Amino acid sequence: MRLNTFIALCLLPLAIVVGAFFVLPMLRLILVGGSGGMGLSAYAAILTEPRFRATLINTVVLSAAVTLASLVISTVAGLFLQRNRFPGRALLVAMLTFPLAFPGVVVGFMIILLAGRQGVIGQISSLLTGDKWVFAYSIQGLFLGYLYFSIPRVILTVMAAVEKLDPSLEEAARALGASPWGVQRDVILPALKPAFVASGAIAFATAMGAFGTAFTLATNIDVLPMLIYTEFTLSANIAMAAALSVGLGLVAWAALALARTFAGNTVAAAG
Amino acid sequence: MPNRLVFSAQLLFTLLVAAFLIVPALLSMLAGVTVNYFQGVRSGLTLQWVMQVWSLYADTIARSFVIALATLAVTLIVGVPAAYALHVRGGRLARAVEEIITLPLAIPGLAIALGLLLSYGGFGDFRRSWLFILTGHVVFTLPFMVRSVMAVFSAIDVKTLDESAASLGASPWRRFRNVIVPNAKPGILAGALMVVTLSLGEFNLTWMLATPMTKTLPVGLADSYASMRLEVASAYTLVFFIMIIPLLVAMQLFADSDRKEQP
Repeated sequence: MRLNTFIALCLLPLAIVVGAFFVLPMLRLILVGGSGGMGLSAYAAILTEPRFRATLINTVVLSAAVTLASLVISTVAGLFLQRNRFPGRALLVAMLTFPLAFPGVVVGFMIILLAGRQGVIGQISSLLTGDKWVFAYSIQGLFLGYLYFSIPRVILTVMAAVEKLDPSLEEAARALGASPWGVQRDVILPALKPAFVASGAIAFATAMGAFGTAFTLATNIDVLPMLIYTEFTLSANIAMAAALSVGLGLVAWAALALARTFAGNTVAAAG
Repeated sequence: MPNRLVFSAQLLFTLLVAAFLIVPALLSMLAGVTVNYFQGVRSGLTLQWVMQVWSLYADTIARSFVIALATLAVTLIVGVPAAYALHVRGGRLARAVEEIITLPLAIPGLAIALGLLLSYGGFGDFRRSWLFILTGHVVFTLPFMVRSVMAVFSAIDVKTLDESAASLGASPWRRFRNVIVPNAKPGILAGALMVVTLSLGEFNLTWMLATPMTKTLPVGLADSYASMRLEVASAYTLVFFIMIIPLLVAMQLFADSDRKEQP
């Protein structure tokens, strides 16, 4: 069949590129993860070694907190923007989605400008309270940084979902005597659940793997990507770094896969 | 009356969120052209920091452009035919292939970079050249191109077009060139914008793959954040913003016109 040959030819470059530069390196990573002094128990060490376990818990808790906060913030703002038309609305939407393409390092720098030694928050707080708040390089700063890149992603998904809601359902609820808060709780929020699951999973996976922001801000904080980086470069513990990366990749992938089974197709977790 | 209050409260909240995102970006642009950021704008405006960035980091800016365009070229050559083949072939195999090529979106860049280093770090010349960074960028951006083109194919019923061209006796290659590619243009364009924007800003993979001789713009940015004064770091960030903002605006306009065309 000539068409089949043509289709095979079309797929050949893809097979070469993805095979050589993605599939092979990933297999190699999994192999190297089990080839150190500890053998396959390097994978178990992620959970049994206290330092690794503490870092893993730290990263999961931080990512979950960021996910929750960005869902709440984005739902309030997204519902408001989609339900109201007022002058300047388009500009506001553009401002909220503009940081979508910022690399993680730039997000880190944004937090330095907000909460660093010469940051605005410090200037305002010293004017108001006489106390200069500087927290860019602490866990609060990292939280703010992760929030910075999560909000635009989540807000886009939430707004798209609100646009698709059927207004007649709300009207029906209202006609049956539901209070405004009742409509929110029993009609709107349940209908947005798939969007929450999808965008929450993306926010969580992105926060788990965020290297650039952590690289700029987390000089003294243990999060998984920084641990992998220091194991690889400073301790030259390559097998452990590989095992930790495989673990991190699995958690991020599982979060997205889980969301997809619940909420249909998801968008990218690039970050 | 309470409605008015609710509206105002929501507006205030949304404005605060927008301020959180936009104020630091504006501050960094301002800091990049301020003589002394600590003293504020009173100290005067200057382009000296931008000049300094140019003399220190011009090579990283040029390299980022070269890598972004090369990434675009590779994703076009690899991604567009693949999207066509996956769409026409369909079925479980195509689904599985699509699944594999989208994995780099879920797996953190750090892990992919480590895998690449462990597999090809031993090939010294390759490791030291910018082509090594290119491989990472291609793996990371390819799914965006393939998905973007496939989305167009499923929207315009390309199979029927393809079959009618075939019934008129056109060869597969001719159909691909004269029917498929012209019809896929919106998807190719959207994918291309995405690929270039992502490649210009890519850090997670690139930091591990770059060498001191093959620094890209985001790698240089991380350097400057750690070691340069705030004004220089800001000026460098300003240069980056100037590079990506037109791309972001183009993407936005594109998405808007796309939405308008659909009923």
